[in-house]
Amino acid sequence: MEKKKKRMAIIASKGTLDMAYPPLILASTAAAMDAEVAIFFTLYGVDIVNKKKNHSLKVAPIANPAMPSPVPFPNILGVLPGMTSLATMMMNGMVKKINWPSIPELLNLCTEAGVRMIACTPTLEMTGVSKDDLVEGVEVAGAAEFLDFAFDADISLFV
Amino acid sequence: MADIKPDAVLDCKGMNCPLPILKTKKAIQGLTTGQVLLLEVTDAGSKSDIPALLRRTGDELVEMKESNGVFSFTIKKG
Repeated sequence: MEKKKKRMAIIASKGTLDMAYPPLILASTAAAMDAEVAIFFTLYGVDIVNKKKNHSLKVAPIANPAMPSPVPFPNILGVLPGMTSLATMMMNGMVKKINWPSIPELLNLCTEAGVRMIACTPTLEMTGVSKDDLVEGVEVAGAAEFLDFAFDADISLFV
Repeated sequence: MADIKPDAVLDCKGMNCPLPILKTKKAIQGLTTGQVLLLEVTDAGSKSDIPALLRRTGDELVEMKESNGVFSFTIKKG
């Protein structure tokens, strides 16, 4: 009898660049390790699978004291114009330095590895995003469909 | 131990987690049972990541060597 596969269920609810990497990296790696994986993209997390947006996700510098800075920098200055682009540029530089794939490339790797990607229906409705805006292979479904998968998960993560 | 002649070679030098894992998995999928893959990586995390991957996939780690910061894994498809 074939051994029952491990299962991981992830909810991706954030649309910033730094919060897009962890769910996709864990999902693709778990799939490589022969686990069944599904990611439920909800609220701002849908931007990760939105073709029009996912190549230009940004980093929010405000309330992010962990963000590395070349000079000492009071966090409140993150409200100044241009700070979001600066923070994003810095993160893109770090990503490049270690040869990490871009978000669209990482999504391809997830699809290839058999990760199920589900975009939340009410979020699409609310934000006016259509299925055609989504990366190929992304399913559109509601909470019950995801939970039906997640009830039997060995690992569940909320990102 | 006598060197086993690999059926495939995968160069993941300069790549970081998770790429060596994903590429290794894909390379193993392209082999048939019993065939051997030689994998070379520089990512220090791979030292524990690759054995962890193989524990889950059921493929065999025949040998791991390290020289000048390059880890070489000899993997037999299970």
